[in-house]
Amino acid sequence: MYTFSNKLKTFSIVLMVLGLLGVGYGFITSHKSFEEVEHLLEVEEAHHGGHGDVAGHATATAGHATDSHGEKAHGDAGHQGEDAHKEHVEHVMHQIHNRPWSALYVAAFFFMMIALGILAFYAIQIASQAGWSPVLFRVMEGMTAYLLPGALIVLAIAIFAGDHLFVWMNPDMVNPESEHFDKLVAGKSGWLNKTGFIIRGLIFIAGWSLYRHFSRKFSIAQDTAEDKSNFKKSFRIAAGFLVFFIYTESMMSWDWIMSVDPHWFSTLFGWYVFASMFVSGITVLSLITLYLKSKGQLEFVNENHLHDVAKYMFAFSIFWTYLWFSQFMLIWYSNIPEEVTYFVTRFSDYKLPFLGMVVMNFVFPILMLMNADYKRIPWFVVMAGLVILAGHYIDIFNMIMPATVGDRWFIGIPEISSILLFAGLFIFIVFTALTKAPLLVKGYPFRKESEEFHY
Amino acid sequence: MEASKVIHAIYTDDDVLMSAVKKVKAEKHHIEEIYTPFPVHGLDKAMGLAPTRIAITAFMYGLVGLTVAITMMNFIMIEDWPQNIGGKPSFSYLENMPAFVPIMFELTVFFAAHLMVITFYLRSRMWPFKEAENPDPRTTDDHFLMEIAVHGNEKELESLLAETGAVEVNLVDKEAH
Repeated sequence: MYTFSNKLKTFSIVLMVLGLLGVGYGFITSHKSFEEVEHLLEVEEAHHGGHGDVAGHATATAGHATDSHGEKAHGDAGHQGEDAHKEHVEHVMHQIHNRPWSALYVAAFFFMMIALGILAFYAIQIASQAGWSPVLFRVMEGMTAYLLPGALIVLAIAIFAGDHLFVWMNPDMVNPESEHFDKLVAGKSGWLNKTGFIIRGLIFIAGWSLYRHFSRKFSIAQDTAEDKSNFKKSFRIAAGFLVFFIYTESMMSWDWIMSVDPHWFSTLFGWYVFASMFVSGITVLSLITLYLKSKGQLEFVNENHLHDVAKYMFAFSIFWTYLWFSQFMLIWYSNIPEEVTYFVTRFSDYKLPFLGMVVMNFVFPILMLMNADYKRIPWFVVMAGLVILAGHYIDIFNMIMPATVGDRWFIGIPEISSILLFAGLFIFIVFTALTKAPLLVKGYPFRKESEEFHY
Repeated sequence: MEASKVIHAIYTDDDVLMSAVKKVKAEKHHIEEIYTPFPVHGLDKAMGLAPTRIAITAFMYGLVGLTVAITMMNFIMIEDWPQNIGGKPSFSYLENMPAFVPIMFELTVFFAAHLMVITFYLRSRMWPFKEAENPDPRTTDDHFLMEIAVHGNEKELESLLAETGAVEVNLVDKEAH
């Protein structure tokens, strides 16, 4: 049995406390009134010099009309200069207010998707009757313990944030009487409405957690069982779950991520999010495995297992890139205005994170993890893994932020504290779950094969 | 290599062959060659053969392919005749790069795969109409053959090989290839 070392427990609690303080600080400092934002903009203009005139603001506002602040496209030439100014200030004020919410949401989603990705990986290992991975099952089961609390937190943040994150949650947008009425959003209100959002979210979470609960139960029961009935049950529910997962994962990514830009849609988005969660999940699996092994808890895991996990990290980094590029290139190539704005905002305001994540998620892993010998060296895999994880955080950042804070983004105290908060929570829950059962599955039919796995 | 006589020890089981290889290596005899009908997992390690470097060549061929693709597309589409084709920006390579990526990818794979296969053929001396170098046709079906050079120690070798479970031990004159 593994015992949660006091050092690590204290570390995770320190992370959570620091994170909470930082998140609180983020909410307090972002609470700026109209006048404060007006003043801030004046100071910024004095610095930038250039586009100080009101007409410039009007066009800027019009350019942002498709994103998410509960505002309809304005910026007609007929508008009064004063109106345009007021609108611009309000627009910026909304972006500043959205920032701590978005920072919290991105980090919460990031850690939730690690648990969800590894749950899918676990189900695949069982359904495909893989012979190499059973020695890692308990680590995977420990990681998926974060899924239920993590997913509930994501859903809760989404609901509490309301139109800070999801502009369509603003009731004015679907009210034809309101000046904020948006015909496109109203047309989608059959799907994008708060009740549906909550019900769907709860169904997704319930389905995933049920699978998690029963697969864990059968796995523990198999340890002491006389026959293989638990293994068979586990196999059947894994197959069923994978079908459920691929539908709900796709819908989850429309609901929880794509709908921050309710004017934009992409068909391979669900797969793209899936690739991101899968590769981050496997990366965290390798990190936790290496950590436990360094503490002498996993003697039965050898470098051949590490090699296989690293191969998955390598292959799914490339798979992620393939989907990222397919989505980008199809939209860039056809250049249809209604969908290309998505990448225009990302390319003009997020150039460094947008291109940097391709380097971190593709160029770096492909060069680091191509050599078979390097995949067997723990510190090499850890270094590559940390870069991949940071890259996928930025990936989620790039999905959410442009729609909520626009060009007012920065990776500062609210973002980093949110990461710390959820990292602490993740470590606390996962390592607590790891202490609940022996780290080696006993009665699993492929255990012996896995222990002697050699590549 | 100049030994005019070699011993051919024939086995009928790959596990027996593996243990025989380990024994012969332990006695410090040089194994010239082993003929098997199918890949025997771990045989190269037991014989102490150096690992292959073909993956490294494939990586370099891939880089060549990538360079060919970039140079070609840059010359044709950007430098030689930068037309406006459907509004795609042809002012610099980077601006139009997404459109070239499929070609860059395919040429990288093409070069890496084909040149690696050709390297393999050259290094293993395989080509059409090449005369087969098989000392015993049964080794393509169900027998394993170990060839050991003889340096006036036939008796000692023969008894060692018989001990390892060889079904046949033949002293033969080595043909010059």
